[in-house]
Amino acid sequence: MSKYRLDYLDELEAEAIYILREVAGQFEKPALLFSGGKDSITLVHLALKAFRPGKFPFPLVHIDTGHNFEETITYRDDMIARIGEKLIVGHVQDSINEGKVIEQKGKNASRNALQTVTLLDTIAKHGFDACIGGARRDEEKARAKERIFSVRDEFGQWDPKRQRPELWDIYNGKIHKGENVRVFPISNWTELDVWNYIRRENIPLPTIYFAHQRDCITRNGQLMAASPFLNMDEADVVARKNVRFRTVGDMTCTAAVESYAFEIDDIIDEIASSKISERGARMDDKVSEAAMEDRKKGGYF
Amino acid sequence: MDILKFITAGSVDDGKSTLIGRLLYDSEAILADQLEALHASNRKNDDGTIDLAILTDGLKAEREQGITIDVAYKYFETDKRKFIIADAPGHIQYTRNMVTGASNAGLAIILIDARKGVIEQTTRHSFLVSLLQIPKVVVCINKMDMVNYSEDVFNHIVADYKKLAAKVGLNEVTYIPVSALKGDNIVYQSANIGWYTGDSLLQHLEQVEITIDDSSAHARLPVQWVVRPQTDELHDYRGYAGRVSSGAFKVNDKVTVLPSGFSSVISKIELYDKQPEEALAGMSVTVHLQDNIDISRGDIIVNSAGQPQLSSVIEADLCWMDTRPLDPSLTYLVQHNTKTIRCKIREILYKVNINTLDKDFDEDFKLNDIGRIVIKTAEPLAFDAYEVNKANGGAIIIDSRTNVTVGALLLRGSVA
Repeated sequence: MSKYRLDYLDELEAEAIYILREVAGQFEKPALLFSGGKDSITLVHLALKAFRPGKFPFPLVHIDTGHNFEETITYRDDMIARIGEKLIVGHVQDSINEGKVIEQKGKNASRNALQTVTLLDTIAKHGFDACIGGARRDEEKARAKERIFSVRDEFGQWDPKRQRPELWDIYNGKIHKGENVRVFPISNWTELDVWNYIRRENIPLPTIYFAHQRDCITRNGQLMAASPFLNMDEADVVARKNVRFRTVGDMTCTAAVESYAFEIDDIIDEIASSKISERGARMDDKVSEAAMEDRKKGGYF
Repeated sequence: MDILKFITAGSVDDGKSTLIGRLLYDSEAILADQLEALHASNRKNDDGTIDLAILTDGLKAEREQGITIDVAYKYFETDKRKFIIADAPGHIQYTRNMVTGASNAGLAIILIDARKGVIEQTTRHSFLVSLLQIPKVVVCINKMDMVNYSEDVFNHIVADYKKLAAKVGLNEVTYIPVSALKGDNIVYQSANIGWYTGDSLLQHLEQVEITIDDSSAHARLPVQWVVRPQTDELHDYRGYAGRVSSGAFKVNDKVTVLPSGFSSVISKIELYDKQPEEALAGMSVTVHLQDNIDISRGDIIVNSAGQPQLSSVIEADLCWMDTRPLDPSLTYLVQHNTKTIRCKIREILYKVNINTLDKDFDEDFKLNDIGRIVIKTAEPLAFDAYEVNKANGGAIIIDSRTNVTVGALLLRGSVA
């Protein structure tokens, strides 16, 4: 026996690579859900480490709400060109056109909730049996209880009471036809771990993660990017601010924080001394205390 | 900096939630919006302070039914170490949850209520910690404020526990008198307990030494995936991808592939763009061999000088985790490392009453039952006895009708 211990980033990396390879080994048709956010960007980097010099044994899948930050789409397309892997895009606009979902109205209208339907349709259309996602257990207490291999029924629903025991590092990916598994390789990472890893590995990120000038309005005490997708009225005062975004989601529900963190070192300092947790900057979780649990049960990522 | 995963064994009544809440609160691992929710809550202690147990509150589904369903994971860090807490419920009906949480833990905290001392559930928790072979144990004797911080009470409980530890086979045990409610000896050493000069719980967690087995004799690499790019320039590339589960491999080590038994020599170890000379337990790597032999997922690469057992009739401890009882007439699946094959439970040798540690010989094997069985597998498994090498001695049983994980197996040895 020795006192040798892996550094925490090496340990987290090795665990995530192990989980990605289990997906490759256990499933017929997996996919990696790519949002353009730092967590799924980290997953892509980990997949490079897991499978190069071979190709990924799965495509990347992006559910595009049509209300994305332009910078996210630019990043996505550049990245796909750089790594030479397959990308499948599911459009929320298509679901709206097909009448499967109805666009919300009013001031707080967002397509965020609609993307669940597009996601489930995309999964069904391509017959994906496993979807890899970048969720982490430190984000929220519903996630704190979710398995690394999380089985969903054919309606995409998560049942917290019927989770399979997950022992040692043995992941049971056996499912019936129509079911699928959501797999979370970075479950055990914290927000700060992801940032420290991105710094160590020099992983490029979309520019909106770094401080920049942007027109914003204040809604429900939070700064939102002014955009054509946000239903604004006279009461909304537009002001130019120095901001950055801590998560990358739909423009209608991703709040900005005022920041002068222009470099990754600044961001890490900012988070290390931060007073608000990451999902606290997502309006979609603010709806109710049990919001995340309810959305997960409904098939959200 | 490294990571320590630990489990807390105890029930709500022992102040387990308060203890975890206190660890998170005093080590400043709570963020502002969570703190806001905490202060906004109506739940307060008798003396008007915040009820820290709220921090470990569960899901809506749990609150509605007033129960704890499952293992929740909590994350915090100090300057010295990162911590992952597996918070599992402690009542007997949640034995399977505790087994699940314990399977990955490097340390267990066993909570004892100072007013009650060593009770039935203490025996149960200690047995499970010993069964799953969690390397380190901390016994926190909680609610010391309720017994006037009495050294005598503490000493009595320690003496009682030592007898239990000897009985269940726990060696490395540390005892700390605490009050989670008042914060005594959780993060900071307490002035209220002047007679205790040891570390606080957090100080202990920061310093406790966690070792890993890096001897080449136990080198094990379950193959997860074969990397074969089959491009023009990488036509002959054949890498075996997996995570070293125990021990260490070096370039030029002589290795054997099981179950086939073919031998070869490690020619190269890859970690993406790096080529390390050795691969240690815990590392996810891609290994190349000198000879071109047939290897696929489910095989295991081991050091030729220290081979595991290879058998299809195996004695094992079984923890049953399903509401449907074990049916010896059924064919189940067993998943060991990256291999999933059919199996049957051929014999039930005995069950253990985990409250009293007595052996039972009744026939049925129900939810939360633990006991010794003999399993017959469709192909031989290359395994180590769990007590020798945890990483290669654990397996799960899957019900092929429901695909649900229904049992945890701790493999002990092949039956001649």
